[in-house]
Amino acid sequence: MKIAIASGKGGTGKTTLSVNMALAIGRPLTLLDCDVEEPNSRLFLETQQLSEEVVNTLIPEIDGSICNGCGECARFCQFNAIVSFGTKPLVFAEMCHGCGGCAKVCPQQAIKEVKNRIGAITTYKTGDVTLHQGCIDVGVSMAPPMIRELKKKMSESELVILDAPPGTTCPVVATLSEVDYVLLITEPTPFGLNDLILAVAMVRELGLPFGVVINRVGVGDDRVHRYCAEEKIPVLLEIANDRAVAEAYSRGESLVDNVPGYREIFAGVLPRIEEEYKRWKQ
Amino acid sequence: MKIAITSTGATLDATVDSRFGRAAMFVLYDLDNDSFEVVDNIQNLNAAQGAGIQAAQNVFNMGAGALITGHCGPKAYAALNAAGVKIYAGADGSVESMLAKYRAGELAESNEADVEGHWV
Amino acid sequence: MKELVVISGKGGTGKTSITASIAVLAGKAVIADCDVDAADLHLILEPQVQQHEQFFSGKLARIDSARCTSCGLCAEYCRFTAIVSEAGGYRVDPNNCEGCGVCVRFCPVQAIAFEERHCGEWMISDTRCGGMVHAKLGVAAENSGKLVSMVRRNAQQIAEQTGASLIIVDGPPGIGCPVIASVTGASRVLIVTEPTVSGAHDMQRVLKLTRHFDIPALVCINKWDLNPQLTEEIEATAESAGATVVGRVRYDALVSQAQIEHKAVVETSAESAEDIRNIWKRIENEL
Repeated sequence: MKIAIASGKGGTGKTTLSVNMALAIGRPLTLLDCDVEEPNSRLFLETQQLSEEVVNTLIPEIDGSICNGCGECARFCQFNAIVSFGTKPLVFAEMCHGCGGCAKVCPQQAIKEVKNRIGAITTYKTGDVTLHQGCIDVGVSMAPPMIRELKKKMSESELVILDAPPGTTCPVVATLSEVDYVLLITEPTPFGLNDLILAVAMVRELGLPFGVVINRVGVGDDRVHRYCAEEKIPVLLEIANDRAVAEAYSRGESLVDNVPGYREIFAGVLPRIEEEYKRWKQ
Repeated sequence: MKIAITSTGATLDATVDSRFGRAAMFVLYDLDNDSFEVVDNIQNLNAAQGAGIQAAQNVFNMGAGALITGHCGPKAYAALNAAGVKIYAGADGSVESMLAKYRAGELAESNEADVEGHWV
Repeated sequence: MKELVVISGKGGTGKTSITASIAVLAGKAVIADCDVDAADLHLILEPQVQQHEQFFSGKLARIDSARCTSCGLCAEYCRFTAIVSEAGGYRVDPNNCEGCGVCVRFCPVQAIAFEERHCGEWMISDTRCGGMVHAKLGVAAENSGKLVSMVRRNAQQIAEQTGASLIIVDGPPGIGCPVIASVTGASRVLIVTEPTVSGAHDMQRVLKLTRHFDIPALVCINKWDLNPQLTEEIEATAESAGATVVGRVRYDALVSQAQIEHKAVVETSAESAEDIRNIWKRIENEL
């Protein structure tokens, strides 16, 4: 089963939920940190790094001895990654989406595709949890290719938890495609409700089953609870607003190992998801 | 020679547009016969990405040998350089005042990009 | 005209709450909400929308099923798994389509149209703190960097027209394209962070970005008393990276209450309001 943890905005407890769920489940699983702009899961796990692999995209390389400067590649490119002035074109790697169209349209077959680094995937292991963390290099603007690469690791475990980037834009959709269940985490505040509504619209459009986790219950009011009840969205977990939680988080400590009572709380989420997922399938 | 000047308006007394890639329009001035035409840049204003690169391509296609503008990022600079277009960045004031300065030899050619690039 | 961009790297540090307070303290500024993925500033500033515009960016492929011969070449060529095979033929999944045009170009029967992609909408509004430009991006919409640029450009135009001397930008999270689009050319960036290991980590990534683009950075630590020791460490890190620390804001449960009342924290009697006022004085000096 592949479970993604997402939220309309950052800072609602996505990483806390992913990491603590992973630690509390008690059987082998894969945790993917898909927040590749700001990956943080590793900070909350006492881990050893196992390996690091560079992630590349493909960019065009033009053979000046074959190119006749016709400019067809530059006219074709939708992303302004190639420019031509009647001689060998210039390629701007950071603009390239790697569609491969330029190589296909070149009448002289002067373009081949070569690797271009966008970041790295680092693998860590602690107990039952194998964490793969994707991280794009500073200055790289395209997260989806890194996320797609990271998701290839999904095949290695029966159970996979994906820590999604915040928001509802393309990197999030890239994370959520092909998952079985989505947990949306939010806070019981006006901002929290506004962002939850956006996230719900997204998972509904993607046609995925989902449930809500309400974090920091006790701050704000009951508007998120009321919304979930009205929309018939299952609330799978409520985490109380607890200064001990905030402080453990601030130190980079997991809750299941450092705050009494939380292992049981997080261990209870997976059975609830499985139950909801079964119901949804029927 | 023709010279392209990024402009906020369609007349010679309009203010130079400090942006290159997302400039409102270009005044394309023909120094040989003292005439000009206006080339709009709407398509580029709305470009999803790479407006500076596309604008460099457009300046080349217009047949301009030089460009006067406010700021020019590294990608646009590299592209203009490859196109053999001379760049005079740091311009402000009206289009005609910059033309006068150009004629008087008071503009220094830019040797490098004067702003960091970005992705839009 | 000055432009102050408030960013955080990590979400949930209180960036938008602090931005709202700064907007109130600044008086007549123009406000640009560039956190278009999850815009929340309007919940506090309650903008009265004056003008509403649709936003298009990039392209989207669409297969005309009447002409499609189901040869499957598009699916073979697409690098983004955006071509879905269904009973009765092929379809483009707009959530995966990057608008590269490869399928359009190589379809042997020209059955694929290439259309402008509707990505969201943006608005010009009035608020009690001045004009506001804000936007809403559609689900899975591409390229909010372009929308960010447009919101900023319109805010600049309003500032020019109304003679406002300051633009306050609520920036997006992360360090990707939208953030870069929101900070380039700004006068100052204010980084709102928190004393957590993630907050410290993300601040360093954001500081790398502001240095890369050569924009002077100011740093404030929200909820500092959650971890005073880490607060000091973060401040030291920020200063050694060339940023200016402009203050600390205490942890304050009344921040959520202010939200519920549609008020900025400085419009309530919350204790942290005093901290934000002090930070604003420092920022004013820096600007």
